[in-house]
Amino acid sequence: MVKELSEQKAGRYGKFGGQFVPETLMTALNELETAYDEATKDPSFHEELQYYLKDYVGRENPLYYAERLTKKIGGAKIYLKREDLNHTGAHKINNALGQALLALRMGKKKIVAETGAGQHGVATATVCALFDLECVIFMGKEDVRRQALNVFRMELLGATVVSVDQGGGTLKDAVNEALRYWVTNVEDTHYILGSALGPHPFPRIVRDFQRVIGDETRKQILEKEGRLPNAIVACVGGGSNAIGMFHPFVNDESVKLYGVEAAGSGIQTGLHAAAFAELKEGVLHGAYMYLLQDDNGFIQEAHSISAGLDYPGVGPEHCYLHDIGRVKYSSVTDDEALEGLKLLSRTEGIIPALESAHAIYRAAEIAKEMKPDEILVICLSGRGDKDVETVRAAMGAENHDN
Amino acid sequence: MLKQFEQQWGQKIMTTKPLQVAIEKKIKAGQKAFIPYIMAGDGGLKAIRKQILFLQNEGVTAIELGIPFTDPVADGPVIQEAGSRALKEGANLKVILNEMAQFKEDIQVPLIIMSYLNPILAYGIEKFVAKCEEVGIAGLIIPDLPVEESEMIRSKLITSPVALVQLVSLTSPQNRIEKIAKAAEGFIYAVTVNGITGVRNEFGKSLDEHLHNLKEISNIPVLAGFGISTPEQVEKIGAMADGVIVGSAIVKAFHEGNESAIKALLPKVVVND
Repeated sequence: MVKELSEQKAGRYGKFGGQFVPETLMTALNELETAYDEATKDPSFHEELQYYLKDYVGRENPLYYAERLTKKIGGAKIYLKREDLNHTGAHKINNALGQALLALRMGKKKIVAETGAGQHGVATATVCALFDLECVIFMGKEDVRRQALNVFRMELLGATVVSVDQGGGTLKDAVNEALRYWVTNVEDTHYILGSALGPHPFPRIVRDFQRVIGDETRKQILEKEGRLPNAIVACVGGGSNAIGMFHPFVNDESVKLYGVEAAGSGIQTGLHAAAFAELKEGVLHGAYMYLLQDDNGFIQEAHSISAGLDYPGVGPEHCYLHDIGRVKYSSVTDDEALEGLKLLSRTEGIIPALESAHAIYRAAEIAKEMKPDEILVICLSGRGDKDVETVRAAMGAENHDN
Repeated sequence: MLKQFEQQWGQKIMTTKPLQVAIEKKIKAGQKAFIPYIMAGDGGLKAIRKQILFLQNEGVTAIELGIPFTDPVADGPVIQEAGSRALKEGANLKVILNEMAQFKEDIQVPLIIMSYLNPILAYGIEKFVAKCEEVGIAGLIIPDLPVEESEMIRSKLITSPVALVQLVSLTSPQNRIEKIAKAAEGFIYAVTVNGITGVRNEFGKSLDEHLHNLKEISNIPVLAGFGISTPEQVEKIGAMADGVIVGSAIVKAFHEGNESAIKALLPKVVVND
């Protein structure tokens, strides 16, 4: 029997989650929870969301049978859930859109968000342009450098991008600054958190807006194959695409679920972003979760070639799914992710985001051990255009020795 | 009459912690409480003793001792930078508490530890409380621990003299304020602005009303903090509350070696007693 997976108490997933935030934000979180509960009961909210998901984002997106990849691997039949085909190129728009509609319901005309790879920032800037909302995006200095094109995209869309110098200048530091900005402007500003992280009710809201991935996948695979997949693989940074994909399958025990974190330069080097590799519990950005930290409780910098996985914690619901053994989590190094990226590019003509490339590499290993009549689905969370510079720099030596 | 009776009765059944007693002593003497904040380890671990003794000598009511953290989301630039300097000096909860154990006999002024939750979790809550008692810590302020989540610490302090100080913000609605006031120990920390710690030029017009309302509800002293950085602000906001907490301005003055700036901040009514 699968254990009861609903939140045991408001905002808790087993012992994980909660609301560890400054008092100034508690009222905003309570307001958000109320507004969200009302929205979920309002058919007109669902209609509006569905309208934009279909006509603006381009859903539903395909569940594509990757025939050449399947033949190359020689194991299970591999399908790709094509979140890369969404408007703005990743799954992030699903959540940004839903939360922007929520902000409008709450009468808030200003939006703040953090971004790592820039995909969530671009998605947020996009919906802010669409709904005429003022938009401030915090982005770590290092990520601004790595993702210059996405910075320009956000600015084109009318957003103000603030480069964050504090700490290592990556996603964690951008969240700190976004939270500080929100505390200061809480009365007229909504914070569109981009991953299944942070204080309650964010992990739940983000999961609910992302579960369209899993809901569509379920419907599509039943149409195409008449049965559920045997395995599903998704990459995990904070964990939003993975939780959105997994959630509708959690009670289907026959479906094996695999989450893939970033092992960076390798777990043993200490330079990685795999919270499940160390299993240290702690509190950051409002949630109790597994978290990269030292013996003093100081948060450690995460390391990954993919900016979107470069976060020291992992969403509270994933922590719970790990502890009850429902999802199996592992990690893939930078080099392996690059292999995954090349593999999909050359067999299917699809350049995946570096984040998604982690899932592809692990999925290829898993599929190989499976039977040809079994089915594996990969969540292709985003496209790789944004990463081409990074990939060229990483592969440059081997491809262009001259 | 009834209200007076209830208040008296309410106070009687409440566990009164030494921190509250120290602040009330000040108020009963017709003075305002003044609590400076220092970043432990800014200027090196040895600076902790020096700064505490300096402030104690100036007659402050209590001292808030900030523990540096890698991700201080409730702090503005001044305290963030002080925290980064302290981290570079090797400061952390463990070495700070060990350092303080060295000179606990010299300390008469109540000390309040301000730490984010994660360093306390890493230390171990029970071990941390025991160490606080050993060193003689009077209170704890944990900015990322709202009242809903506070049971994990509160339950360990029932029989302890250590008080868990609760924050109230301008955005807290009336029913929350009442809930927090019920749980509060030592004093209520009234956050005077929506925002993070640091220097402010202006405060909202509703502050007077907010602090007045808090004092009506609370059975324990109400101290105002966040953004108070000039002698004028100390006086003006102090007049609306039972006292003030000053952080960034003190941290900045210690960093710049400008101790006369600290003396200028002390409310005129403070005298050594």
